[in-house]
Amino acid sequence: MAQLFPENLDDPYLYLAGDESHKCELIEEMNQVWRRPDSLIDTPMHYCPGCGHSVAHRLLMEVVEELDIVERTVGIAPVGCAVFAYNYLNVDMQEAAHGRAPAVATGIKRVLPDRILFTYQGDGDLAAIGTAETIHAVNRGEKMVIIFINNGIYGMTGGQMAPTTLEGAKTSTTIFGRDTSVHGHPLRIAEMIAPLPGAYYVTRQAVNTAKHVRKTKKALLNAFQYQIDGANGTCFVEIVSNCPSGWKMTPLESNELLEDEIFQFYKLGDLKLPGKE
Amino acid sequence: MAKKLMKGNEALAEAAIRAGVKGYFGYPITPQSELLEYLSRELPQRGGAFLQAESEVAAINMVYGAAGAGERVMTSTSSPGFSLMQEGISYIACAELPCLLVNVMRGGPGLGTIQPSQGDYFQAVKGGGHGDYKLPVLAPNSVQEMAEFVYDGFDLADKYRNPVLILSDGALGQMMEAVEFPDYDIEAHKVDHSEWATRGRRKGHDHNVLTSLYIQPDKMEAINQHLQEKYQLIEAREVRFETIMTEDADFLLVAFGLSSRVAHKSVEMAREKGYKIGLLRPVTLFPFPSEILFQLAGQVRGMLVIEMNTGQMVEDVRLAVRGKVPVQFYGRQGGMIPQPDAILHEIEKYYTQRLAVEVD
Repeated sequence: MAQLFPENLDDPYLYLAGDESHKCELIEEMNQVWRRPDSLIDTPMHYCPGCGHSVAHRLLMEVVEELDIVERTVGIAPVGCAVFAYNYLNVDMQEAAHGRAPAVATGIKRVLPDRILFTYQGDGDLAAIGTAETIHAVNRGEKMVIIFINNGIYGMTGGQMAPTTLEGAKTSTTIFGRDTSVHGHPLRIAEMIAPLPGAYYVTRQAVNTAKHVRKTKKALLNAFQYQIDGANGTCFVEIVSNCPSGWKMTPLESNELLEDEIFQFYKLGDLKLPGKE
Repeated sequence: MAKKLMKGNEALAEAAIRAGVKGYFGYPITPQSELLEYLSRELPQRGGAFLQAESEVAAINMVYGAAGAGERVMTSTSSPGFSLMQEGISYIACAELPCLLVNVMRGGPGLGTIQPSQGDYFQAVKGGGHGDYKLPVLAPNSVQEMAEFVYDGFDLADKYRNPVLILSDGALGQMMEAVEFPDYDIEAHKVDHSEWATRGRRKGHDHNVLTSLYIQPDKMEAINQHLQEKYQLIEAREVRFETIMTEDADFLLVAFGLSSRVAHKSVEMAREKGYKIGLLRPVTLFPFPSEILFQLAGQVRGMLVIEMNTGQMVEDVRLAVRGKVPVQFYGRQGGMIPQPDAILHEIEKYYTQRLAVEVD
């Protein structure tokens, strides 16, 4: 078998950064079945090993390219782990204040209605500090795609409890486990916004298995296509993801926890489909 | 063009449309709500987007987004709402997005009162939000200027890629005066922002990114230095002020906005009594007219600063005169407006007493 990684790899960082000298000779155009979307910038990501963000980023850029909307799309990065999303996504991007991404996207969409807008937000951003902006953007039916990465924790700041943290979960601010009588209850934002008339398409997906990745891609394709078609409302794609660093476990354990416990509470599937209540 | 009788808030709103505003995002708050109402009625019919946001926090972030898209956009609010916007303004200033902000001030602190005040001077001219940044601040003192400063404000914003603030107050917003809208060619004033604006990636270009995040300290310091250079340029070029009867003055009043109108009346009353009183009215509060104040400090024996607060601009006047002459303060707060005879009384406290001392 041909080697997939070069021997004597002095600088793996350089290799990941796309240094051609280490290029694997196995891949030629005729047998290439996988490639990086051009709009996904070829650079090492800062995400922790095993984190779902990188998969979600890739799917997002695949969808934007497949729908041929690279030059019409403007994205909003949040405060949180995805704060540097604009370092990876080669579409026009604005970095928003914590929680304000839906308001920022609203501002752009209202003055440039023919552009395709998305926000990319974590659960601290969207479900805590930005709850008002989220609910009101959806309630106005802002024509945008909200991508909600829900990993049940504040990753960037070091693993504090989020509104989405499950009952009993240990975090750096709930060291004995989340006690709902003190810390409140885990919040299911998708269930909250699905009944709003402004919500056009609400779905909850995951990226922890190949099957889930394919379903998430389909969901993102749908959401962006609806916006392109002028759908009268907001498309909301929640991706329940893992946070091995914040959860203090290996990537494998974190994926098992998703299947064993987290999907029991955050059930995957469509919450609202166009034309159906 | 014929003069029209209008409220200050409405005149400002009308001027914004005539200046080609493409997006307005605001939230109701007394005493600026007429601005919001006027634009909700007029703007969608005249080529712009109007949106009533769920909060001032959301409104300023909508402005951030729309300004980042390279369009001419604005918001307006009153004091408590302006406090809520500070985070967003800090982001806008760092990302260097042009937009127009309006604060129709009311009395504070806290929920305060809906009556006019100048209590937000510090917040307006010293940054207001976190970090080192400045906004050019224009202070109108008539309904006519409420309208005129909109054009200037938008142009300054475009020229320096910086938010610009019109600092007005509840009395100027609510009172009616005759106003004449100047001719303004929107197309001639249009600035091409496509080089940095996020409007969708341009063919053959890398993407545009707007951010205020620079995690490496050396980069963040470079951004700070760049911003400071810009503010110094603004200070060198954009100072605006008005002098009234300063040629022969040996005592100077300093006042901005509504206070300057009352002070003007007091100057006239003092002149009738034979006192050689002049008035300097800063029109831009940042950049502050420090140079002219320093010059006048060489001519007058003292200054009296009149404000509708507990003494904010007076600190900048003292910095400007560098101890050359005594600088006194008289102010009213909480929605109370200084009266011309009360100011005259203050003038006499310092002016005639000093004269008497000199005669002795």
